[in-house]
Amino acid sequence: MNVLETVDGTEVREGVDRETIETVQAMAGKYKYGWETEIETEYAPKGLNEDIVRLISQKNGEPAWLLDWRLDAFRRWQKMEEPRWAMLNYPEIDYQDQYYYAKPKSMAQKPKSLDEVDPKLLATYAKLGIPLKEQMLLAGVEGEAEPRKVAVDAVFDSVSVGTTFKAELAKAGVIFCSISEAVREHPELVKQYLGSVVPPTDNFFATLNSAVFSDGSFVYVPKGVRFPTELSTYFRINAENTGQFERTLIVCDEGAYVSYVEGCTAPKRDTHQLHAAVVEIVILKDAEVKYSTVQNWYPGDEEGKGGIYNFVTKRADCRGDRAKVMWTQVETGSAITWKYPSCILRGDDSQGEFYSIAIANNAQQADTGTKMVHLGKRTKSRIVSKGISAGRAQNTYRGLVSMHPKAKDSRNYTQCDSLLIGDKCGAHTVPYIEVRNNSSRVEHEATTSKVDDDQLFYCRSRGMDEEEAVALVVNGFCKEVLQALPMEFAMEAQSLVAISLEGSVG
Amino acid sequence: MALPKAKEDALQARLAALPAIAGKGWLAAARAEALARLTAMGLPARRDEYWRYTDPATLNSAEPTPAVRFDAGDEAAPFDGMDRLKLVFVDGVFDAAASDDLTLSGVNIERLAQAGDTDIHWAQGLYGVLEARGQTPVVRPFAALNTAFATDGVLIHVTGRAAKPVSLIYVHNSDTSDAILHHCVKLDPGAELTLLENGPAAARFSKVLEVEVADGASFHHIRIQGRDHQRRAVTHIFARIGAKSEMRSFTLTANGRLTRNEAVLELTGDEGRAHVAGAAVGDGDFHHDDTVFITHDAEACESRQVFKKVLMNGATGVFQGKILVKPGAQKTDGYQISQSLLLDEDSQFLAKPELEIYADDVKCSHGSTSGAIDETALFYLQSRGVPRRTAQALLVLAFLAEAIQEVADDAIAEDIRARLERWLARHGTKG
Repeated sequence: MNVLETVDGTEVREGVDRETIETVQAMAGKYKYGWETEIETEYAPKGLNEDIVRLISQKNGEPAWLLDWRLDAFRRWQKMEEPRWAMLNYPEIDYQDQYYYAKPKSMAQKPKSLDEVDPKLLATYAKLGIPLKEQMLLAGVEGEAEPRKVAVDAVFDSVSVGTTFKAELAKAGVIFCSISEAVREHPELVKQYLGSVVPPTDNFFATLNSAVFSDGSFVYVPKGVRFPTELSTYFRINAENTGQFERTLIVCDEGAYVSYVEGCTAPKRDTHQLHAAVVEIVILKDAEVKYSTVQNWYPGDEEGKGGIYNFVTKRADCRGDRAKVMWTQVETGSAITWKYPSCILRGDDSQGEFYSIAIANNAQQADTGTKMVHLGKRTKSRIVSKGISAGRAQNTYRGLVSMHPKAKDSRNYTQCDSLLIGDKCGAHTVPYIEVRNNSSRVEHEATTSKVDDDQLFYCRSRGMDEEEAVALVVNGFCKEVLQALPMEFAMEAQSLVAISLEGSVG
Repeated sequence: MALPKAKEDALQARLAALPAIAGKGWLAAARAEALARLTAMGLPARRDEYWRYTDPATLNSAEPTPAVRFDAGDEAAPFDGMDRLKLVFVDGVFDAAASDDLTLSGVNIERLAQAGDTDIHWAQGLYGVLEARGQTPVVRPFAALNTAFATDGVLIHVTGRAAKPVSLIYVHNSDTSDAILHHCVKLDPGAELTLLENGPAAARFSKVLEVEVADGASFHHIRIQGRDHQRRAVTHIFARIGAKSEMRSFTLTANGRLTRNEAVLELTGDEGRAHVAGAAVGDGDFHHDDTVFITHDAEACESRQVFKKVLMNGATGVFQGKILVKPGAQKTDGYQISQSLLLDEDSQFLAKPELEIYADDVKCSHGSTSGAIDETALFYLQSRGVPRRTAQALLVLAFLAEAIQEVADDAIAEDIRARLERWLARHGTKG
């Protein structure tokens, strides 16, 4: 083929337009969010003891009951053992070699509005592409219909830096704020629901989180409100050696609806950083929650140096009849992922759905999946999991489908597909299926295959380079999950898929 | 690493009820090594991940829970009319009088107890060796216990094409018998053998079968595990399958209080084939556990796991199956299906079908389903004039068919179908 010109060192050949090359190059950049914001940070002393727990509580201005709650969790945590059953291989974590609280200095005095927020912080989010200021959104596309709005709560290291769209949220009666604010402003709601889905005794990491969570988001959607705007939280770990322990609590009252999106990034560092979050969702009668995650924590370099250790407990409790939850996750980052978003289908006719794309490249390891616990009658669940392994990565689907004796006439369908790119990676499936009544139907299917050579060859013959071709094939493989994401995030996720696979071929 | 106190106590209690390892020769050495393995791992407990669905308590206890002998009535014993070499064990002890002469063309058969006292024997390379290999990544304490304390067993060396099947018949005579049998089968390159097993054996039965299938050899194993007995059993098959060789194993289980059948198969030569299948029917106090671990450690091998269970009146079916594809085991074709038919509300099915894959050019799939009988199909059959009970039996047999297909011998497959049909008629299906 004739070389027509050269774009940034890549030869443009006949039949390939310049734009394609540029797009692919833009996508194929290494980890995009690896920079660090130089900002003065206030740390609590390194290590973990009761005083640190007290300090976090005091910094957040918490009431006594919450401090006691934290201390109980901490004491319990000290007696617990770190779970090691996952197919993850990582060195012992020194829990005393971490900062459990970091806060940008400029946030010492809580800003009254976003205008008072340190411009450096806002610039950080702007760089990440997170529009914190309403104006940026409202200045959207000229002449087009009103641009889609997203209310954002941004969490920088351990503290929430600001929430957008306060006025509109208030009009609808929706509470969307940081959890520390919720503790102050809506203590009765927090007290009623905090720990009711993921109790402080739940597991090692959730218990740790209960003791030291510094901030996170709180959402309450009142009865009958179907909130049209996406709520979004953006998590950014900036400070070095800092663990981030955010806690999210979503309560969706009867007949309400909300769609919630979560994104995460962190700078490139040589050392591993710990992230142990808890997400609790309470869904009452006829309510529906969509929870989408695009997890793009720093995955570490090609040799597995650095990266985030991500140990997350997420659970939704469908307490009322006909309650519905949908988890969608795109897991591309983190050196270690340990995450099982679960659905407790307690109400009759409640529904749980789980759509997941987990991509592990280079030295990444992911052990992720879901739990569907059917307790109510005629409950339905669906699991679609797509795992992609490349490089030397290990990717495991681990899931539970449990049909309780009383969950008559329930239904589950599970599909987990694994795709392997290269012969040094691994793909594993560990489903648990427990059926304790006969009127329920459970179906589980899993396949493992490699990227189809014919499809690659076809793409290549149409002028795509190998990486682009792989990205296209993989995007096709993930289609069912990408379709479940809100539109903007689907776009982001698609390019993330390509970025994450960078360097996996050739 | 020292065992936790509870595990140490349980092990000591169990060991106290067993005789000390005596004798000389290679067998005593192999037993001592197995005892060391067992002492390091302890006995299984309910909290162990590998035993989450099956309670090992009655297998652990020092004394077996008594099981009343069962009268099969006019039901003929399996493989009855077949031309075969019969080896009879009564409560775990070889009964020479009831057995055929041990000579068979292409096959060399010895009793474990007699062969064990020599200094050198081919079985040295097999007895406890495959079992020890099978202890990673998951421990199988009952297999180690078996190697250390087996009271009897046969060593079968197949040098050519066996003139007829070798049939192991396990007779249950005493209500409190606790039998431990350990067999080894070695197939030379190109050799062929069909091994048949049947009978309830004992109130509590532990059995290990170690099989070496050399390149180009073929091993066919068919087992019919009793009928309606109260017995408890834990069995293991450890096999190593060479290049272009084949192993097929099928098990029919009808009732029994507790059955745990483990199969640990390793494909070590290119283009080997391993098929393992099971059909189980359980009524009432029945717990059946199929635990399978297949390792692909060579290129272009094929493995199939087909397990079907029909459960009623509170019966429990368990399936734990795993395909491990090692790095470099390209062109692997792995298939696994586990299905349960729950005939009433009280029965349950617990499954953990696993894949662990470290090679990219592979085709692996697994499926697992559970549910009630298809009402639409039932309605259709009834609308064509088939009585409901007959229609149910037809659908149950159709459900089990995929597993029975793994039996290569048509006559035996037909006999198994007929047995299942009679079992269903006796136990009735609801409706």
